[in-house]
Amino acid sequence: MTMTDPKTALQPVDRVEARTRLKWLRDMMLIREFELRTMQAYQEAKIGGFCHVYIGQEACAVGCIAAANPDDPVITAYRDHGHALARGMEPRYAMAEMFGKTGGCAKGKGGSMHFFDRRTRFYGGHAIVGGQTPLGVGLAFATRYENEVLERGEKRVTLCFLGDGALNQGALHEAMNLAAVLELPCLFIVENNRYSMGTAIERGTAMAHDLSTKAAAYGMPFYQADGMDVCAVYNVMKKAVDRCRAEQIPAFVEIKTYRFKGHSMSDPQKYRSKDEVAEYEANDPIRRLADALIASGDLDEKAFRALSQGVRDEVRDAIAWAEKSPEPDPATELYSDVVREPFGPYGPTTLPEMCGHEPGAIADEQ
Amino acid sequence: MTAVATRQIQFREALREAMSEEMRRDPRVFLMGEEVAQYQGAYKVSQGMLEEFGPRRIIDTPISENGFAGLGIGAAMMGLRPIIEFMSWSFSLVAADQILNNAPKMLYMSGGQFGCPIVFRGNDGAGGQLGSTHSWAVEGLFSNVPGLRIAIPSTPYDAKGLLKTAIRCDDPVFFLESERMLGNKGPVPEEEYLIAFGVADIKRAGTDCTIVSFGRPVHFCLEAAEKLAAEGIECEVIDGRTIRPLDIDTIIESVKKTGYCVVVDQSWPFGSVASEVAAQVYERAMDYLDNRVYRVCSDDVPAPYSKVLEQAMLPHAGKIIEAVKKATYLA
Ligand SMILES: Cc1ncc(C[n+]2csc(CCOP(=O)(O)OP(=O)(O)O)c2C)c(N)n1
Ligand SMILES: [Mg+2]
Repeated sequence: MTMTDPKTALQPVDRVEARTRLKWLRDMMLIREFELRTMQAYQEAKIGGFCHVYIGQEACAVGCIAAANPDDPVITAYRDHGHALARGMEPRYAMAEMFGKTGGCAKGKGGSMHFFDRRTRFYGGHAIVGGQTPLGVGLAFATRYENEVLERGEKRVTLCFLGDGALNQGALHEAMNLAAVLELPCLFIVENNRYSMGTAIERGTAMAHDLSTKAAAYGMPFYQADGMDVCAVYNVMKKAVDRCRAEQIPAFVEIKTYRFKGHSMSDPQKYRSKDEVAEYEANDPIRRLADALIASGDLDEKAFRALSQGVRDEVRDAIAWAEKSPEPDPATELYSDVVREPFGPYGPTTLPEMCGHEPGAIADEQ
Repeated sequence: MTAVATRQIQFREALREAMSEEMRRDPRVFLMGEEVAQYQGAYKVSQGMLEEFGPRRIIDTPISENGFAGLGIGAAMMGLRPIIEFMSWSFSLVAADQILNNAPKMLYMSGGQFGCPIVFRGNDGAGGQLGSTHSWAVEGLFSNVPGLRIAIPSTPYDAKGLLKTAIRCDDPVFFLESERMLGNKGPVPEEEYLIAFGVADIKRAGTDCTIVSFGRPVHFCLEAAEKLAAEGIECEVIDGRTIRPLDIDTIIESVKKTGYCVVVDQSWPFGSVASEVAAQVYERAMDYLDNRVYRVCSDDVPAPYSKVLEQAMLPHAGKIIEAVKKATYLA
């Protein structure tokens, strides 16, 4: 087995307290534990459909979201569990969604690939590759419109995540061009895990070795980060977010990462070697951050075990809660939430339990 | 309408008035599309709007239908009220993912969290010898999609009232106009009015045969009805005005009275709006029918360029007269 040395030394993070880095560690561990239990539940046939886990990529969502403000919109593709959790969705609503239960974040109508959370301004999980990128530009358009036409609100930026596979979709190129010509503060964040299903990036993407060319084509600033180092992700994203917020312009960010598991739950992984996977696993972003915090004296093995236990308990509770959550009743749920103004067979729209069912919150935010 | 002489305005002016009034009323409404601003509208629908509302609300886009349709949907998820103009609905096909996957299904997939109050509007149906790529009547395709409303006015009056309702609607609306009708004039009152969706309009009352149609072919139905009246056949012409919701009650009521039904639809016959109307008439009024329902659609071929061939392919008064005669056992 060829093993590179795990690069344990992380980038120094200016002005980030150890407390914050401990929270990042906990968030990443929560995602990891959530995903391991998701795989288990899928094997037990408690989860159906297509399901894609985020194991290995945790530092991307956690580092990026840490660099943004809570009211900056976030949108992503179908590999969305990590982003939803990093943004603050409670694991129980995420798990119940995959179980197809009424308590799910979308009442069991979206599934693994379509998580949404209006409380945390998480505008979804979108399962058509690249399809979320024009939406991301629209979110950025709306924040700018709010500032300039409605004359209210602070300057915001939109985090629009995509996979490397989406680099080859026309939608992304239309979206980037629009963001550039209309000057919209949208950050296109490519989580380059080197594969789209079984297609290595070089096989599908021209200039795969230098993605800055994609940014250059649209005149956008380009940023790049080591996605196995949450501190590096944070540092780079902080710079990108601050600049895009101040100047209200788009940017293109490449985060070099890797998925440790198969593309979805049914992937024999014939397209890559076990050695390659092992090499990246040795560079585990969670282990690296934990080691760094231990080295700096901000964490000890005992506290680490307590953290592990904490996330295990939280996810176990999420599963128990999801199991208890009722199945949706077709008599009331099938024809509700189709339209906001009911007509014909369609019933009224209600918010999921996660949102506290507050009827007032249905009103649009603008 | 009142006896007071109302002013006559063009279809395009009615559309412009609807948009302008709603934009004055609600700052969240904006118009975006190709050539809507500096060019003053490819078909002059948005003429003068840039001057009144400025470039932040009347926004020119590059030729990127998928991109700007999606942009509008994202903005609608945040609570804005976009009007997205397609130069032609034919070009909406490159935006199919956004307009069919995202706009109509966001509310459902998000479990009621993110609605999509957006209007997509533009020219639909044959423009006149434009060939197959540019002659789409999309109502047949898109009426298959749950979560959408589809409005298809035939007069300036209906266009204005329906478009104002569309802009205020909390759900996505596909608004189907016709290049061939933009210059048509009709009475439109000065006072504000709205037309509710799902309410058909009986454009001509009659007792002998019900003719149901939507959009531009309504005029062919009226032309046919005039000629048939000269032969002593009084047709009732129902303009559905919206396809979703469909005002089936008004149609059924008429069929119960006349006993005969012809549906005229400019989309292609297989799985068409006409087929759907016919099916619903059978489901609800089978016992009242004295003959089968007749459909007049575009012929089941790609739209041709030749004037002669195009005429032969589209619904027109001659075909409608023939169908009514067959339906009423006169031919
Ligand atoms: C338009 C479209 N084509 C194909 C698919 C099927 N598909 C789902 S995921 C995927 C690979 C995407 O890879 P990437 O964007 O790199 O994301 P990752 O899985 O690595 O997170 C494909 C081809 C799809 N969902 N949408
Ligand atoms: Mg990938």
